[in-house]
Amino acid sequence: MPAPAPAPIQVLYFAWLRERMGRAEETLPLPPGVHTVGALADWLRARDDSGAQAFAEPGIVRAAVNQAFAQPDTPVEDGDEVAFFPPVTGG
Amino acid sequence: MATVRVQAAPFDTGAEMAALLAGRTDIGGIGCFVGVVRGGIRAMTLEHYPGMTARSLDAIAAEAEARWHLLACTVIHRHGRLLPGDPIVLVLAASQHRTAALDATAFLMDWLKTRAPFWKQEEAEDGATAWVDARESDDTAAARWAAHAAT
Repeated sequence: MPAPAPAPIQVLYFAWLRERMGRAEETLPLPPGVHTVGALADWLRARDDSGAQAFAEPGIVRAAVNQAFAQPDTPVEDGDEVAFFPPVTGG
Repeated sequence: MATVRVQAAPFDTGAEMAALLAGRTDIGGIGCFVGVVRGGIRAMTLEHYPGMTARSLDAIAAEAEARWHLLACTVIHRHGRLLPGDPIVLVLAASQHRTAALDATAFLMDWLKTRAPFWKQEEAEDGATAWVDARESDDTAAARWAAHAAT
């Protein structure tokens, strides 16, 4: 039997990242060579114009993996939920 | 155990205080903060990350309960489109004495502003919309608790 395909990752976008990406979420296979939040952001920036706009300013974009705040070196694995968003402004 | 809610509906501060006090006489004081939409804009819309919001508010409330001897704690944060004068957020922290209640209330607000996944978008009087930038002063306010020993 062939090995089952790895679970895709779900990527969520909020606030102006959602607007610049033109979508609130997407499901995609973990891109080859991408193992961290920072590498995924780089991959999205290089993918198309929306990604280039959304991820234009390095250091501004914040992230969460599986609903916990993450850093650029936080690992991303098959099946993870990764969210990208601006610095929070609640309260 | 804290009461934490994320909701579009308004909240009733008096009713929340009454609920917190119901049936107990150990509480000596309640710190209270209500955040309100300021005028000068037509509206403010709060977006949030539904899967993560309640979990982060729980964690923030648990941190306050670990740092101060709180007898009860309520955190309610609204989302959706709000108008000037509308309440946005309610924090109640109850303790035996006022210092813990007031300090914990300030701590909860400082951490909410920097650690809860909400984003504000302002709608100007002419209908133009703009995302609110995070303020460095909020980071500074939140950071002061790093060195603050629990009392």
